[in-house]
Amino acid sequence: MDTDRPLDRRTAVPALVGDPSDLLVVCGLAGAAKDMAHLTGDGDNVYALAGAMGGATAMGLGLALSRPDRQVLVVTGDGELLMNVGTLATVGVMQPPNLSILCVDNGHYGETGYQPTHTQRGVDLEVIARGSAIPVTRSVSTPDEIAPAARLLREGNGPRFILLRVGIEPPPAVRRSLDAAERKTAFRAALRASRTADQASE
Amino acid sequence: MAEGYGAPTQWQDDLYTLLRSNGVTLFCYVPDGGHRTLIDRSMADPEVISVPLTTEEEGVAMCAGCHLADARGVLLMQSSGVGNCVNMFALVQGGRFPFVTLVTMRGEFGEMNPWQIPMGRGVQPVVEAMGLHCLRAESPEDVVPTVQAALDMAYRSDQGVAVLLTQKLIGAKPF
Repeated sequence: MDTDRPLDRRTAVPALVGDPSDLLVVCGLAGAAKDMAHLTGDGDNVYALAGAMGGATAMGLGLALSRPDRQVLVVTGDGELLMNVGTLATVGVMQPPNLSILCVDNGHYGETGYQPTHTQRGVDLEVIARGSAIPVTRSVSTPDEIAPAARLLREGNGPRFILLRVGIEPPPAVRRSLDAAERKTAFRAALRASRTADQASE
Repeated sequence: MAEGYGAPTQWQDDLYTLLRSNGVTLFCYVPDGGHRTLIDRSMADPEVISVPLTTEEEGVAMCAGCHLADARGVLLMQSSGVGNCVNMFALVQGGRFPFVTLVTMRGEFGEMNPWQIPMGRGVQPVVEAMGLHCLRAESPEDVVPTVQAALDMAYRSDQGVAVLLTQKLIGAKPF
């Protein structure tokens, strides 16, 4: 176990996210997608990339701005976020009240053989998020920091950014659909059905 | 052009009206003189969300996220921005996301800045190589029907379409 990074993503991500069924989730490729596919059973409220690296936060922003009545969660990794870190500045400009970003930072490009990312070499994505005018930011490195961060994730007064620093334990082994069009259709159908259900219960 | 490069013209107002009447509510852009009217009107319109980007590829992913929410977005960019989007176009093609981008062209008819030439030449082959359709508007009367065609291809047939607002339409930027 890495003493600087005692948290294991396989327990820390579920503890932080809690029950994801009320959230609309966009995931960056690789580890983050597996974390959330495992947690939701490849759920229809999750749209997970397997390419288009650097697009997860922007995709979540487009979703959040278009559905202000729903909480949107972006789950991504340090490598994916670093590829388009400027999107944090776009989030800071738009200030969507219903968007949370959870960056699972293991300091490595896990998918390509665990080469170190910039966060392993002194770059702090939470500081970048704060400098990008995201009003609520938090770093989580120890078990006792998880519960307060989990509450922040669901507080809807402005965009929130949580940097979850984890070790290099692999993400859960999970099979998920890599058909981007099929997942899109399923996500849209589930969202439409939930809207219909909300109207029926009013 | 009597009114000068980048001055507002009627087709730009007609284009904004067309986009709005087709239900577009998200306008993402990296600023460009040729898009000035669309950008300004989107910023002034309380019914739409107007998003300045740090790089054009954010707009591709944002428009896809907007479609997940059953809303309609458009990406406004200059020809150089197309180069920044290439890998993100994989999301449009692979996910069969309806997608419309309006590209103000540099680097073609009458260009006076040689730095604009390479990407100006590259736009159409790059867009088509990534599975998007490429439509060109060469004159003011072309604009509305061409963009309407793009919207129909996108939202009726789940296609990605780039509409090139050509330099012949916009005029060459004077130096």
